[in-house]
Amino acid sequence: MISLTVNEQTHEVDAPPDTPLLWVLRDVLGLTGTKFGCGRALCGACTVHLNGTPIRSCTMPLAAVGAGQITTIEGASGKAIEAIKQAWIDLNVPQCGYCQSGQIMSASALLTHNAKPTDADIDAAMAGNICRCATYARIRAALHQAAATLEG
Amino acid sequence: MNAIANAGRRTFLKTGVALGAGLTLGFYLPTGIMRRAVGNESTSSFAPNAFLRIAPDNTITVLIKHLEMGQGVYTGLPMLVAEELEADWQQIKVESAPADAKLYGNLAWGGSAQGTGGSTSLANSWEQLRLAGATAREMLIAAAAAQWSVDASSLRAEQGYVIDSDNHRKASFGELAAQASTLSPPQDVTLKPPKDWKVIGKSLPRKDSQAKSTGKAQFAIDIRLPSMLTALVARPPRFGASVKSFDATQAEAVPGVKTVVQIPQGVAVVAENFWAAKKGRDALKVEWDGGETVSTEDLRRHYIELADSPGLPAANVGDAEQALASAENKLEAIFEFPYLAHASMEPLCCVVDWQDQHCDIWAGSQLQTLDQAIAASILGLKPEQVNIHTLFAGGSFGRHANPTADYIAEGAAVAKATRSLKAPIRLLWTREDDIQGGYYRPQYVHHLVGALDGDGKPLLWRQRIVGQSILSGTPFESMMVKEGIDMTSVEGASNLAYAIPNLRVELRSPKSGVPVLWWRSVGHTHTGFATEVFIDELATAARQDPVAYRRELLSQRPRHQGVLELAAAKAGWGTPLPKGRGRGIAVHESFNSFVAEVAEVTVQADGSFTVDRVVCAVDCGYAINPDVIKAQMEGGIGFGLAAALSGRITLKDGVVQQSNFHDYPVLRINQMPSIEVYIVPSEANPTGVGEPGVPPIAPAVANALFAATGKRIRRLPIDPNDLKV
Repeated sequence: MISLTVNEQTHEVDAPPDTPLLWVLRDVLGLTGTKFGCGRALCGACTVHLNGTPIRSCTMPLAAVGAGQITTIEGASGKAIEAIKQAWIDLNVPQCGYCQSGQIMSASALLTHNAKPTDADIDAAMAGNICRCATYARIRAALHQAAATLEG
Repeated sequence: MNAIANAGRRTFLKTGVALGAGLTLGFYLPTGIMRRAVGNESTSSFAPNAFLRIAPDNTITVLIKHLEMGQGVYTGLPMLVAEELEADWQQIKVESAPADAKLYGNLAWGGSAQGTGGSTSLANSWEQLRLAGATAREMLIAAAAAQWSVDASSLRAEQGYVIDSDNHRKASFGELAAQASTLSPPQDVTLKPPKDWKVIGKSLPRKDSQAKSTGKAQFAIDIRLPSMLTALVARPPRFGASVKSFDATQAEAVPGVKTVVQIPQGVAVVAENFWAAKKGRDALKVEWDGGETVSTEDLRRHYIELADSPGLPAANVGDAEQALASAENKLEAIFEFPYLAHASMEPLCCVVDWQDQHCDIWAGSQLQTLDQAIAASILGLKPEQVNIHTLFAGGSFGRHANPTADYIAEGAAVAKATRSLKAPIRLLWTREDDIQGGYYRPQYVHHLVGALDGDGKPLLWRQRIVGQSILSGTPFESMMVKEGIDMTSVEGASNLAYAIPNLRVELRSPKSGVPVLWWRSVGHTHTGFATEVFIDELATAARQDPVAYRRELLSQRPRHQGVLELAAAKAGWGTPLPKGRGRGIAVHESFNSFVAEVAEVTVQADGSFTVDRVVCAVDCGYAINPDVIKAQMEGGIGFGLAAALSGRITLKDGVVQQSNFHDYPVLRINQMPSIEVYIVPSEANPTGVGEPGVPPIAPAVANALFAATGKRIRRLPIDPNDLKV
């Protein structure tokens, strides 16, 4: 049994220590909002927060999480994420929608550390998240809108 | 208007005995744990046809017969119903329809199969869903008239209510549902004229934005059933190879692995969860026999050779060979295109729950009735015993519309081979499985020859296309392969829009063991590039401006001209750009929609370049939801740009050399240009937008690179080495 804290809840997880965090979230805890895209930290669909920092859960072994606090799309809360979700909805960002949990988790980490990102900041922070529908122009616009909302 | 209404009504009645059969659909309840939430509304719901259901709580559920894979059918299709029904957009919910060709066949395919493709969803539903809404509206009005003992003509429907303004009263659709369900559908309904539209033409919010912005949207990979097992399949390293022997000892020793079974497609490792299945498959030893040993570099040379001699005629206007014999200003060019993988973000996945005489399958199913029939035949069931639950697909771009139903067939085969376990099977592909698993956009070579007359106009155009047929040997062959010509190999070239007195398009379709498939915009992915770069070459040879040249040759094609002029004007065509920058244009019709795109690029001395700005104009008939149209153009441009910049699958000795996003790169946000989309006002019937944004972008970029550097790009993906100063 390995102790794992996700969305402020601690679970005793019965899984091999090398199991990627992604598959613990999905197959063991049933948190399916975090997606499998590549298995090699190349696409960002599996992005979650470890102590507030975005990580690719598909290559993070369960044993390496330790006492770290994991936050997924289901548990993410606070002004930044709420503003981002609303901007995503307002601008109809998602198309197929599959990558968007990961996009939103990367976006919320960006806004938490940089309240007013430029397009270049956005491109740098979001380049690890692939969207095959290429909703990128709207992701940029939605991040600007969310930043404006937070600014009040 | 009457003519449209009548024609529409005939279609409606023809498709489905739709009204009568549809009446029972309010009571449709799928089995299994994913029971749809119809619940107790079923007894008093109003389900006038197969497409909508009005519950007493005032919710209106529109059944969607098409796959929502991002293109917006969950929004555009219910808008058609809402328009005629006079519903409030907020009260409309959507639900995917069950697999049933009689009720939900794609009318663009003759209604014989249910499925989504060729950008037909909105076009084939245009009359059907408006009639579905209009019929229900008339029945709700009739119900209110009966309740209030007034003449129906004194009532009107508005925003989810039937209103009796003479007597200052109204009733909600929900309140009228029970009574309406006792009435017979009207024999004739009239559709609203465009001037009365309140919903069509508005950028209403997508119905799926909320679920997709909160992690709640459900894809096949998210289905969890009690005791469900996960299967990963070891497939051959070379297409067509078979299992010679396998040793499952180490795989079976992995904790969590339940069994290892051979299926027609390979060897399946079935485990309690993904990670155990993955480790089990890694530990599995399989010896393979035979298989395709082709190398793409050899194919390239072979195709170029083949393009030297005539193929089957796909278009023949005038006499191109005779014109060629005497022509003076000749141009010749070879265009090359690689295999391309779809690389949708959701790896292929289906969940198969087989219980005796019934099977539930959850998938992002794109050819529902075909998927159903193939699964049924594998399991020894009748098609109607297989219930297809169509979920959101995490992208598809054509990959889920596989005539062999490949991943569904694998899921069914594993379920059959593991029947004794009595467990639902989740069949999942990894990214490596996806990139290496075939069903690619075929590799092609085009050989073009053109010549100009004394005025610089094209005298002749001869285009030889060489590449595998997508459709021969599939159930679509009889419909789309005519006299040896696979329409999907030549579309966009055989119907070249430019006025050219001597036009000949020929096709050669060599066979190969590499499985191929349609890929967003299908034949137009390559014909759009070859034709739009070559016309640019002719313009250059004629010393004419690319827009002016096209304009003149499109004088009989007003819709091509419309998008050409709009895109050029909005892009500032003709205004000077700094050194190192260039502007290029392409215009192309696909799936009855017309799109022009102007690309602006910046090129460095080492050949590296960026695409900075794209201006797009689209004419897709009546713009049902302008924001969805714009989103599809943006996405199509991004998708096409990925292929232009980096998309390439290569094989060496039959083995695919790419495996994941590091060596099969797709577009990332830092490569996304700024995009402006303009819609040409049109009163033509609406046509699709899922694919038509793709074809013009690669040639627009190539033409812009030529404008910047004087170097012609005739191979995709674009190699910056070809642009070095």
